[in-house]
Amino acid sequence: MLVSSGEVLSHKKYGEHYHSLTIVAPEIGETVKPGQFVNIRCGTNGSNILRRPFSVYRVHKRGGWASTIEVVFDIRGPGTAFLSTLRGHSNVDLIGPLGRGFALPRRRAHCLLIGGGIGATPLFFLADELRNEGHRVDTILGARTSGLLLNAIEARRLASVAVTTTEDGSMGERGRVTDVLEDMVERCATEVIYACGPHPMLAALSRFCIERRIPIQVAVEELMACGYGVCMTCVMPLRRKPKKDEPVEDSVVYARSCTEGPVFNGALVVWNGEADVVAHDQAELSPAGVPTRMHGMPESDDEFPPPGN
Amino acid sequence: MALEITPRTPIKPSTADTKVRAGKLELQNPVLVASGTFGSGREGSAFLDISTLGGIIVKSMTLSPWKGKPTPRMCETPSGMLNAIGIQNKGVDHFIQEDLPWLLKKNATVIASIAGNTVDEFVRVADKIRTGGRGVAAVEINISCPNLEDRNNMFAHSPKATAEVVGNVKEALKRTMVFPKLSPNVTSLSEIAEAALNAGADGLSLINTVFGMQIDTETRLPKLAGTYGGLSGPAVHPIAVRAVHEVHRAFPDVPLIGQGGVTTAEDALQLILAGATAVAVGTANFVDPLTPMKVKEGIALYMDRHGVTDLADLIGAVKVDE
Repeated sequence: MLVSSGEVLSHKKYGEHYHSLTIVAPEIGETVKPGQFVNIRCGTNGSNILRRPFSVYRVHKRGGWASTIEVVFDIRGPGTAFLSTLRGHSNVDLIGPLGRGFALPRRRAHCLLIGGGIGATPLFFLADELRNEGHRVDTILGARTSGLLLNAIEARRLASVAVTTTEDGSMGERGRVTDVLEDMVERCATEVIYACGPHPMLAALSRFCIERRIPIQVAVEELMACGYGVCMTCVMPLRRKPKKDEPVEDSVVYARSCTEGPVFNGALVVWNGEADVVAHDQAELSPAGVPTRMHGMPESDDEFPPPGN
Repeated sequence: MALEITPRTPIKPSTADTKVRAGKLELQNPVLVASGTFGSGREGSAFLDISTLGGIIVKSMTLSPWKGKPTPRMCETPSGMLNAIGIQNKGVDHFIQEDLPWLLKKNATVIASIAGNTVDEFVRVADKIRTGGRGVAAVEINISCPNLEDRNNMFAHSPKATAEVVGNVKEALKRTMVFPKLSPNVTSLSEIAEAALNAGADGLSLINTVFGMQIDTETRLPKLAGTYGGLSGPAVHPIAVRAVHEVHRAFPDVPLIGQGGVTTAEDALQLILAGATAVAVGTANFVDPLTPMKVKEGIALYMDRHGVTDLADLIGAVKVDE
């Protein structure tokens, strides 16, 4: 983990919403693991002082260039608007790799990767690594409408079975990822689930996995100020085993998403409650790749109902 | 035309003496890191050698572990950020057993920050530091905590409560320098400073965050789960400079730790010229963990440029017509 200067190799767009920056950052590219993120400074002249976290979408270690990393984001505020104007040869100040990434299965396994909207970001890198190690990869990508699906064609190339769902039926199955979940798990003989997306989606998937006794790892978004473990703003409530004579509510601890996460065991996260009310103009302070619900805003990602309560 | 290579002028290491003395506390340089912005030191050590810092004011510690407030705990504001963390920490015992030995092994100068909700809690933490905190260079008293015995008013907002905490903590820590950290959210800072000094404070730390609030207009909810929060970052720097100047003018012999929005050496120098003996980098650590190093080097370069050999000559050296 270090503060380094990277150079933008290229800017491109995926669909009409998502911007992508490929950045030459050898030290980060060589060591980053799927699920980890980088924290990028978005200009130094504005009044937005904090870095913006981005999960890594793809890594290219062997190209004509030194290692590059690719980040994908949508414009949510002044920071991401600034980044979307960067082109080749621009310098970016970034810290990374940060956080704890996805743990890969120890033996060959059938892995189902589920992404909601831009939450699919870290799953492409994960799919690359899983395939390299000989695991089977299947995917479900869901979004409100087809324009918000991230690179579904690439998912089809990477996965043995790739399903997409859209709320409005504009692409793939009409509905949500949870509507096709049961079928996919049966059809693919899923042994592990990896997911990234809005909290209600992750909550629903975690409940399903607890019932079916399938291990699930989720990458979460929380607002971050520092990204390396000191500010204590990005905490997630996690359940741990209560000590003797301890009330159950005391056994919930706040774990830092930036260092203990952003990947957590979904079965241990306390989903219902507080993590949902992020202010509409603060969304870009959580790792892009993980959509923050922006309450009351038209682009709200609240198509996933809260889990059973 | 022959290619001419001009030899680069070698960078001359600065000869400026940045050592400072605050009472009996000697610091190798005046740049500290502010409480709550550098964790226990471990996280920051991934980026820099923590023994080269003037000192580390560790995250505030309480008698028993505090869980902290629900999320969201932070929002960004123009040139700053607002936070309501709720002093999430693992407790003083954890500090003494785990963090302190590690910090001392790394040759860090450790300033322990203590907090509590009652005077008794402060005193019991101070007692633990006295008995188990060998190697702690000084103690900062975080009195910007709700006082459970006084309708949750902050200790720092009342001269009486401030004096009570400081007096009792000093009683427990007779041989350690104590620096109460004052809140700028008061009508008369000098009055609180006086109360703290009369109660036995060896120096003062200025300033804690500025109380604030932000509302999400779309949902009409506060942007922080804790409703109110503390504003920090460059936005509060002018308030810190004023606070340091005001207190230094009233109590010129009292060592002050100036903090609030320090991002560059110039920011730090402003606080020193206003009267601070040492400065702490806070929110800027979140953006660039190397900030303290850059500030330290910038101060030395400034001293070279202005022919200042002893940093003490700069403390309170602002030219103000009285």
